[in-house]
Amino acid sequence: MRWLIGGAVALAGGMVARRLFGGAGRGSDHWQRGQARPRGPRWHVATVNRPASDVAPGGQFPEPLAGLGDAVEVQVRPAAGDRGTEIAVRLRDGARLPVAAARRATSRDPEQAIRAALRESKQLIETSEVLHPDYPPTTESTPLNKPLQMATRQGRREGRL
Amino acid sequence: MKALVWEGANELAVRQVPDPQIRNEQDAIVRVRRTVTCGSDLHLLGGYVPFMERGDVLGHEFLGDIVEVGPQVRNHKVGDRVVVCSFISCGKCWYCQQQQFSLCDNGNTNPMITENVWGSAPGGCYGYSHALGGFAGSHAEYIRVPYADQGAFTVPDAVSDERALFASDSAPTGWMGADLAGVKPGDVVAVWGAGAVGQMAARASVLLGADRVIVIDRLDNRLEMAQTHLGVETLNYEQQDIGAELLERSGGRGPDVCIEAVGMESHSGGPQLWYDQIKQQLRIESDRPVAAREAIYNCRKGGSVFVLGVFAGMVDKFPLGALMNKGLTLRGAQQHGQRYIPMLLERMARGELVTEHLATHTMPLDEAPRGYEMFKQKIDGCVRAVFQPTS
Repeated sequence: MRWLIGGAVALAGGMVARRLFGGAGRGSDHWQRGQARPRGPRWHVATVNRPASDVAPGGQFPEPLAGLGDAVEVQVRPAAGDRGTEIAVRLRDGARLPVAAARRATSRDPEQAIRAALRESKQLIETSEVLHPDYPPTTESTPLNKPLQMATRQGRREGRL
Repeated sequence: MKALVWEGANELAVRQVPDPQIRNEQDAIVRVRRTVTCGSDLHLLGGYVPFMERGDVLGHEFLGDIVEVGPQVRNHKVGDRVVVCSFISCGKCWYCQQQQFSLCDNGNTNPMITENVWGSAPGGCYGYSHALGGFAGSHAEYIRVPYADQGAFTVPDAVSDERALFASDSAPTGWMGADLAGVKPGDVVAVWGAGAVGQMAARASVLLGADRVIVIDRLDNRLEMAQTHLGVETLNYEQQDIGAELLERSGGRGPDVCIEAVGMESHSGGPQLWYDQIKQQLRIESDRPVAAREAIYNCRKGGSVFVLGVFAGMVDKFPLGALMNKGLTLRGAQQHGQRYIPMLLERMARGELVTEHLATHTMPLDEAPRGYEMFKQKIDGCVRAVFQPTS
């Protein structure tokens, strides 16, 4: 079954590379390829299982979202079917994220920083904290582990969100 | 502390690893009393779930004593004897509030992997690879339990460690299969797989009022165990014609509910097994769905099929035509244990649900590699190997 491990490492490496070089979240997912048209920054949306009044009490979003500053547009609307509140965020045309917010990403992709901020804000609103991975780790850094470790470091920050 | 770690495909070792720490305010640290092998661990062990790192601690079905709590843990205190659900769920997101706890939005710290592979991320799981959060497993002296108020359940005094252990995963998984498949009084239920999860699904079907429950396997000791402890009928697929037997035992209709409790490494008595093994080796499919195919084929028209066995990727020769034309309902899920564990502990206390017979071999953690070998090869009739890390 070693080939399976090798295949996984290659897959994980590919996912990291795809993220690092900006493929994801820009209409280039596999089934859309060939159909995608150039477009402006994408809206990233998360549904939070809380009423709108809990999402930004006193007009103040949780720190990860607030830290994106004026570089992003934010929309808040009720989610259909009593699912809570949708928070939609997108980068303004030509805008740059504040340095502190950009550090949230492991790449230079501002979309990744937005997704990370959205995911963390959802957790803060719903559970009052951001779930951290175990520490210290029990794993070792071996050549075989490294691609997967890179992928999981990335994986804490974003996904398809 | 001492822990059983994955060193590579089919390589395990007991060695020292760092002690777990409180990382979030809702965390607890549990000193593990008992922790048990699970058939789904074999997929990790064999390299079928390709998101393991050398040094990952295995194990997700366990009970123990709370030795430390974070400042936001309200329902537990140091000293509580708890059984912990194998899936990590926040209890606050929409999925948790729909009681679909294994789909928790917040329990997986590595959502990217499964979002890319499956389209969405389920919750986290202890000792079940970095695709499900990379949380250290329970085959260790201590384990960190995130969202402890949601996932840890105090064990009633009337329930022994030996019995309560299986309320962590096998019993709620089996119960969920029967419940969400819609088992009701009068039903004929067929369960593929007489391992612990299959046995618990069969027992749940009995308790939910099924008229006949038929467990299918190839291992006589497991089938005898199911007959003796669960009061169900059995079929050995190496000795009996499963399709004909199921028709005969269900008035020619086929079972109302078929539960697949085998997973991605299923066996069969015919050439199907060789077909799937070759395709698996050639990377043309990742999982062997023999029992799932049989469940769909043999289910009655309009019946219900539930997939409890763990699958990771793609399967071949999936009988979509039978599924569609017979109007079947197909469901599957990782366990929503938080929904069932309190009820199961009550049933255990009343003696309605017994599980001790599943623990065929009990040993110290130091012997865990031997335990997994026995479990994997079914040596000495091993159904489940239980480890006692702190005995």
